[in-house]
Amino acid sequence: MAANRPSSNPSAPPDDDPDVLPKAASRSRSSSSWHRAERIPSSSSNSAVSFERSTSKPVASFPSKRSDSEKLGSQREISDDDARFVYVNDPGRTNQPIKFADNSIRTTKYSVLTFLPRNLFEQFHRVAYVYFLILAGLNQVPQLGVFTPAASILPLAFVLGVTAVKDGYEDWRRHRSDRDENNRTAQVLAPGGEFRPKRWKDILVGEVVKVTADETLPCDMVLLATSDPTGVAYVQTINLDGESNLKTRYAKQETQSTPPESTAGLIRCEKPNRNIYGFLASADVPGEKRVSLGPSNIILRGCELKNTSWVVGVAVYTGQDTKVMLNSSGAPSKRSRLEAHMNREVILLAVALVALCSIVTVLAGVWLANHHHELNDLLYYRKEDYSGPKTDTYNYYGVGWETVFSFLKSVIIFQVMIPIALYISMELVRLGQAFFMIQDKNMFDEGSKTRFQCRALNINEDLGQIKYVFSDKTGTLTENKMEFRCASVGGVDYSAASDGEEDGHSITVDGETWRPKMSVKTDPELMNALMGGEGIEKANRARDFFLALATCNTIVPILVDTPEPSLKLIDYQGESPDEQALVYAAAAYGFVLMQRTSGHILIDVVGERQRFDVLGLHEFDSDRKRMSVIIGCPDRTVKLFVKGADNSMFGVVQKNLDLDIIHATKTNLHSYSSLGLRTLVVGMRELSEHEFKKWQSAYENATTALIGRGKLLKAIASNAERDLHILGASGIEDKLQQGVPEAIESMRQAGIKVWVLTGDKQETAISIGYSCKLLTSEMTQIVINSNSRESCKRRLQDAASMSSRLAGAGSAKSPLALIIDGTSLVYILETELEEELFKVATTCDVVLCCRVAPLQKAGIVALIKNRTDDMTLAIGDGANDVSMIQMADVGIGISGQEGRQAVMASDFAMGQFRFLVPLLLVHGHWNYQRMAYMILYNFYRNAVFVFVLFWYVLYTAYSLTSAISEWSSVLYSVIYTALPTIIVGILDKDLSRKTLLKYPQLYRAGQRDERYNLKLFIFTMMDCIWQSIAIFYIPYLAYRHSDVDVSGLGDLWILAVVILVNIHLAMDVFRWNWLTHASVWGCIAATVICVIIIDSIWMLPGYWAIFNMMGTGLFWLCLLGIIVAGMVPRFATKALTEYFLPSDVQIARELEKFQNLNASTILEIPMSTFSDPQ
Amino acid sequence: MGDSTSPSDGPAEPRRKSKKPKYSRFTQQELPACKPLLTPMIVVTTFALIGIIFIPIGLASLSASEQVVEIVYQYDVDCIPEQSQNDKVAFIQSSVTNKTCTRTLTVPRHMDGPVHIYYELDNFYQNHRRYVKSRSDKQLRSKASEKVTTNCAPEATTSDGSVIVPCGLIAWSLFNDTYSFAIDSKTIEVNKKNIAWQSDKEHKFGNNVYPKNFQMGGLIGGAKLNASIPLSEQEDLIVWMRTAALPKFRKLYGRIEMDLDANDQITVTIQNNYNTYSFEGKKKLVLSTTSWIGGKNDFLGTAYLTVGSLCLFLAMAFIVLYLLKPRTLGDPSYLSWNRNPDGHY
Repeated sequence: MAANRPSSNPSAPPDDDPDVLPKAASRSRSSSSWHRAERIPSSSSNSAVSFERSTSKPVASFPSKRSDSEKLGSQREISDDDARFVYVNDPGRTNQPIKFADNSIRTTKYSVLTFLPRNLFEQFHRVAYVYFLILAGLNQVPQLGVFTPAASILPLAFVLGVTAVKDGYEDWRRHRSDRDENNRTAQVLAPGGEFRPKRWKDILVGEVVKVTADETLPCDMVLLATSDPTGVAYVQTINLDGESNLKTRYAKQETQSTPPESTAGLIRCEKPNRNIYGFLASADVPGEKRVSLGPSNIILRGCELKNTSWVVGVAVYTGQDTKVMLNSSGAPSKRSRLEAHMNREVILLAVALVALCSIVTVLAGVWLANHHHELNDLLYYRKEDYSGPKTDTYNYYGVGWETVFSFLKSVIIFQVMIPIALYISMELVRLGQAFFMIQDKNMFDEGSKTRFQCRALNINEDLGQIKYVFSDKTGTLTENKMEFRCASVGGVDYSAASDGEEDGHSITVDGETWRPKMSVKTDPELMNALMGGEGIEKANRARDFFLALATCNTIVPILVDTPEPSLKLIDYQGESPDEQALVYAAAAYGFVLMQRTSGHILIDVVGERQRFDVLGLHEFDSDRKRMSVIIGCPDRTVKLFVKGADNSMFGVVQKNLDLDIIHATKTNLHSYSSLGLRTLVVGMRELSEHEFKKWQSAYENATTALIGRGKLLKAIASNAERDLHILGASGIEDKLQQGVPEAIESMRQAGIKVWVLTGDKQETAISIGYSCKLLTSEMTQIVINSNSRESCKRRLQDAASMSSRLAGAGSAKSPLALIIDGTSLVYILETELEEELFKVATTCDVVLCCRVAPLQKAGIVALIKNRTDDMTLAIGDGANDVSMIQMADVGIGISGQEGRQAVMASDFAMGQFRFLVPLLLVHGHWNYQRMAYMILYNFYRNAVFVFVLFWYVLYTAYSLTSAISEWSSVLYSVIYTALPTIIVGILDKDLSRKTLLKYPQLYRAGQRDERYNLKLFIFTMMDCIWQSIAIFYIPYLAYRHSDVDVSGLGDLWILAVVILVNIHLAMDVFRWNWLTHASVWGCIAATVICVIIIDSIWMLPGYWAIFNMMGTGLFWLCLLGIIVAGMVPRFATKALTEYFLPSDVQIARELEKFQNLNASTILEIPMSTFSDPQ
Repeated sequence: MGDSTSPSDGPAEPRRKSKKPKYSRFTQQELPACKPLLTPMIVVTTFALIGIIFIPIGLASLSASEQVVEIVYQYDVDCIPEQSQNDKVAFIQSSVTNKTCTRTLTVPRHMDGPVHIYYELDNFYQNHRRYVKSRSDKQLRSKASEKVTTNCAPEATTSDGSVIVPCGLIAWSLFNDTYSFAIDSKTIEVNKKNIAWQSDKEHKFGNNVYPKNFQMGGLIGGAKLNASIPLSEQEDLIVWMRTAALPKFRKLYGRIEMDLDANDQITVTIQNNYNTYSFEGKKKLVLSTTSWIGGKNDFLGTAYLTVGSLCLFLAMAFIVLYLLKPRTLGDPSYLSWNRNPDGHY
């Protein structure tokens, strides 16, 4: 529920009702929402921060003073400096003196020339890369030349290269699609006065373009004329904002009648901006007065023309200036918690690195000082050079400098302590994980044919640690497919519709049968009343009620062909699901909306076709919270129909009349909303001729006003909408999505707290809470509805004492539910009461917030996020959820009925709420487990290697020689050991999907940081030191008295390290599929091959060493000994803990293995919706 | 990679998204897989198996090492005459002193030929970073690259600028003590052929590269080379240039291609030329037979025995533990939420 509930003022309680009339809203929103978004109230620092990141999203409706925006919307006149002058059909003059951007688009980030510098610049934003670059640079200093230049650059170059290739490929794909797009053709008015095809990229500002039905618009155009005589055109904006319903756009009457080739004039419009819902311009048409143009007169690039055979427009924004291009924005970038924790360990490793280097430096300094006098006599040191004319020291700068060099050299040698390959591995692993999430058929929504989307690529593993889920209600828990359920007409409740017949009411037009696409069950009593069975007065009231439902809306009927030639379906297209439901309901009761143009409406009233003139329409706005139409009826009466939220409507009814009806209607409304229905109240007033005339002149004045139009119109509407007769009220059901109660139950078992934040009324929210099993009857409800700060405080204190009393009552405590409304939250959020609320809310099992504004949603998320380490997830589908989605650690958008604003702001998007269960419990669990293991393993893997190097340095007079050939050192983390960890990181599963869904409690492993914590890190590092000792000292002791050479022993060491770390990984793999086998054993084989290749290069000192080593039994015995001695402690510990201190995951694995899933002790819950046969 | 979405993806998106994921075992992450689990059986078997394999290997290595007969004689101090003991460096650097040193060694057990002759240096860092780099493999291999002496300083060129072949500190410091052996005044032939690796001789050291300007500088490091023999046949040099991994190392000097009987008295004549005295390096002469694990080496056998018995012990310990505290694998009552159900629900 978003679009139809434009947000409200943050300081005032948001009582705009969801049930309200929707969608006139969209257009009213359009006039203002962007300006609002740009002018974020400074009081809300949270959202300001989060919004900074995504200023490109015009979609968020942020609450602010509405009046401000109205002023901005229409009172501002564009000054010449801020304007763009477009001479219609005169591109030459338009593009003088400044040529506007042409219509070619470029979404690529790089060109051939800028690719390298720009890509590198972007990549070096990562501190680790800078570190490696500095070290590679240091290595080029002759005194510090530890590696040959090529070898020192290679790892960094490899990592940069892989990323660059990936970026380059993505960019190339963008380039290709740009090229296709730029070369599409459109009909452009040529000087000869006829339309000729022209390539999109050549279209200039000022040119007149003709677009025919179902074509995509090439640029942003002001409508000049359309095929419809009234100047209406329908566009679909699915590519722009994802909303699939049709939007109406109008050509101005002043230009509509002019043939396109003779159109001329000057349009003054705003400079290009990214607000897709706003447009401000005026046109000087020859022979007419100046006309003002608004958002309803412009059609935007990327939209498709529908239901209109052609339109002609003048290009005003082209290419990069178009709104769709200005709105292109990247996915949000967040950093996962695991990565934040990882950085802590990276710092520990850096400390360890400095420690190792310091040890080597001190020892080297001492050694040099001790041998200071004999350095030249040392045959292996020889500091003096006699070859020159005079004796000189050779490559020796005194003990002090040599010590400093020792330090720098040791940093270069031991640099891999900070695992460079980890960063690229993490990216690849996340890519792989994202692939599997997208491919998961259990997260494919059959209904909307949408699959899961990963928009943020770096927080996959956060999905495994979620503690709080903040959910929107409408469209998230519910389907947002409204169904008309019951009506109260004249105070009489007709809610027996469920027993009524399914009425496929159809009408006959020119021999064809037209039938509404959706049938609605009708109530026989109401039908009877309508037909006059209960008196003429009731019948009239009922007629007016349904007439109001059929007319007071912005729905466009569209005829859809069916296989049967004589049968056509009427599809009611509109921007609000509520309105659609009402129109379908009216049709079922015999009031079939057949046609709507800007001037009139055709309605088939029980078989008789009647034409109603639309004399005026007051759009919905969130101050009035109602909309109205003025209809000229066939019987020459003029009627004002109003529909709106109950609290806004009861303010404008005629109070001294129909008191009984008002009272009865209120009672009915209350019972509807406690059933979880969305309610609307419908009223009407007949206008006398005098009243109508007065209204008409005021209306005309207002519509032509250039300044303050919006405000004037609103005043006129408020003036007209008074002294209404109550016709009745409607109850619309928003059905729960499939599987929601089960999903909520699973999450509850998984230790995830589900909070529902909704703009709905409290009664509606509570009833939905019951129906989705969020609330249960044994729960104690704490309700906070307060109107002042003091009472809020009191209520919170009561709640706190109550919760502590209940908690103290012992193990048999009944669960608590906190229900709080937006009015109370106004006095709580961002005050010292927040802390109180936090305490109360965290002791409650369920929190339900009703009537909350978008910013309050974000505030509640922040309440938890700022006070705990727990991970938060927000899920929603509408624009009013955007701020909450951006605030939470993980934001999920439901790609549902209400447009795509939420999806655009989200990190992940999916079709159904229930997909949260496989997403969190299965993929989240796996991702977390995999990533946690991979990070630990990468730390371990590089540290083992560094320690082996370190032990050797102790036997080289601290001169930092490395026995392992430099190429092997370089390839170690990029080839020898890289692939298995990536494969395992993508594919390994500790538990099957089935088990994870069967025992949602297993999810708590992630919440407890079970797979990655400081203890595990330290344990791994201790293991790593032992293993390095085994690797180094077994060969050392075995070859102590032999004639082995550096390279031979180095080869033994590198092979031992690689085999050992791969075996270590192999021991921790949960599931061995062929890919795991191939990568682990393949890597060992690849290492052997690489070592052999390196030792086959005669240039290198290690030539043929490996063959000589392999020819001796000692070599093989050492290798075997190292592997066994290295692994024994780990293996024993693993066996011990798995058996005697088993984790839940371990037990579940055993369960899986032994198939004795006869877990009778466990409460079984139906999981058929998520589990799949395995 | 964060900002990789672009509007051009946009228009394509609805089309792509609407594709239903294709079902395959791979995409659903259901590849057939084996799920190993550390059951008590597997743990005990593994440890027992390691023990059973390692102990015999350890015993075999120990016995192989036992069969190796090794005569080690440290002569660096011994071979300095009494009067020069206080200033060994001066003795060794002097060009006039008689550095011949004759000693008698007793063969403790029968030694099967060939008997390998090694010299062992200690405290000599052939793996020092300055040292290992100080060579030119290109120069060693081909005459054409004679001038390539990039890393060879300070032994790259003579003081007049002509290149030294072989250049570099390694070659310059070539070991130059020599040994000759006799039993009962009968000289024993020392075979100095094929002491270097065949691969080095064939591919690393060129047969058309001859020593040039070698040891002509102000400071003599070690042995001189016969300028008429190509490097590929200078096997002492080739052996020396295989730099040792550790500061204490042996290098093959030659072989005695005959058996030595127990209690044979071998007279060794040592030309004690090599200066290890300035840095307290030790020099030893080693005569040794070989076995399948190389020279005398008790460590590996001991290590295998230790690891093997440790594993046997662990196998036993695990059996005891499993018996004392048995747990049914996969019993759901051990799950944390079943053990303390009131924690959460």
